[in-house]
Amino acid sequence: MEDIVIVGAGHAAGQAVASLRADGFTGPIRLIGDEPYLPYQRPPLSKKFLSGELDVERVYFKPPAFYEQAQVDVRLGLSVTGIDRAGHRLLTDKGEAIPYGKLILATGSRVRRLSIPGSDLVGIHYLRSIHDVEAMRAEFRPGARLVVVGGGYIGLEVAAVAAKLGLSVTVIEAADRVLARVTAPVISAFYQRVHGEEGVQIRTGLGVAGFTGVSRVEGVEVAGGEVIPADVVVVGVGILANVELAVEAGLRVEDGIVVDEFCRTDDPDILAIGDCTRHPNGIYGRTLRLESVHNALEQAKTASATLTGSLKAYVQVPWFWSDQFDLKLQIAGLSQGHDTIVVRGNPEEGRSFAVFYLKGGVLIAVDAVNRPMEFLTARQLIATHAEIAPARLADETINMKQIAG
Amino acid sequence: MAKITFVEHDGKEHSFEVENGLSVMEGAVKNMVPGIDADCGGACACATCMVYIEPEWAAKLPAVDSQEETMLSFSDHATSESRLACQIKVSAAVEGLRVKMPKSQH
Repeated sequence: MEDIVIVGAGHAAGQAVASLRADGFTGPIRLIGDEPYLPYQRPPLSKKFLSGELDVERVYFKPPAFYEQAQVDVRLGLSVTGIDRAGHRLLTDKGEAIPYGKLILATGSRVRRLSIPGSDLVGIHYLRSIHDVEAMRAEFRPGARLVVVGGGYIGLEVAAVAAKLGLSVTVIEAADRVLARVTAPVISAFYQRVHGEEGVQIRTGLGVAGFTGVSRVEGVEVAGGEVIPADVVVVGVGILANVELAVEAGLRVEDGIVVDEFCRTDDPDILAIGDCTRHPNGIYGRTLRLESVHNALEQAKTASATLTGSLKAYVQVPWFWSDQFDLKLQIAGLSQGHDTIVVRGNPEEGRSFAVFYLKGGVLIAVDAVNRPMEFLTARQLIATHAEIAPARLADETINMKQIAG
Repeated sequence: MAKITFVEHDGKEHSFEVENGLSVMEGAVKNMVPGIDADCGGACACATCMVYIEPEWAAKLPAVDSQEETMLSFSDHATSESRLACQIKVSAAVEGLRVKMPKSQH
């Protein structure tokens, strides 16, 4: 049986191991990760791991014994530097050549880093790994002034945790509202209101020009010259897919390693899964690159099925979640391209409502704040391209389970 | 610590001592109990750690909140005895708890 090598050790890689063994693959599996940790869950990093409610052991995807029992050769702290496709082997930073029969690229993504004056000062943090959070948390002392650069999900989640820990928090966002890339203005306004109520200062329409300080950061300079004092800074301005290995190996890459609905690249012996892929989505009729746990898990299952001889096409409604304060935001679908927005509930008061996105009368996405029923119903309806009258979606006297009419 | 017994759909039993403060879901994942997926890692967002609780235990556990109740209402195999294992905290109060797993979480 051909051996399978997995490059990357995140959620997708961990699930791939579990699925390959569950699907009956008995050959050798090798897992190569450049971090010193076994696969772990990233979502808690900006939430309960940052707040200290969870320790490292509790963010592991599976316990260490799982990999022993699955007889996986785990190689951590090792970077793959090249793929020799003709020779079916990987090259590493330690000078090794590791052979593979089939290769799964689960290389994930990395944070986009700022390159502006002062951006290498001590005290400026990014959030992607356990290591990042441990370094950041050590500086999260009550009373410290934290400036968060970027009002996306990561920035807002960090702001929420920091405010609860007693820091004085300011979020600066270059667009005219937070979450501008992914949600409707009504959601942005809601999150700005709640963060304000919880003591976080949010300043929008403010681009970052640079950072001040001698060796350690002391302030964030914004467009116009104002300097916002800071003891610690967290930058959350998006992530980039790790596609370099694939590009250098000559695989097809278009902002993501291009795979088909079975997670196969254009090399029959190489598959790719998770954040690093550009993959077709039958529900939306276009290709997507997603930054999500759900996609990582499902593509891992798909790849395992492909490698164990039972092709199962990937057809999924993407979903995501974000926890901030007492708000549980659950998102199903993708709202890009919507022509109609319907609000159910009152976002201006309280902390529970949902926003539906429609295109040509068809439901394509929902953002549900403390509204699991709206989230779960919509997730099913999106998969079936349901057409629903906006007036029904907005009418709270109609039970969600009857909403499709 | 509390001893918790996980019963698979086919009746196979697994018993473990689980540390206080962990959730029953974490106890299952840590001990590699099959049949509990926990896709969201315990955020009460995915309903893939559904278990059945025997009636005599149901009353001794903290009540189901509205988030959990709604998530359960969409779980394919849920019954009136269902809970999400991520929402049950382990303490001495659950010593001897038995939970049964569904045939599938999806």
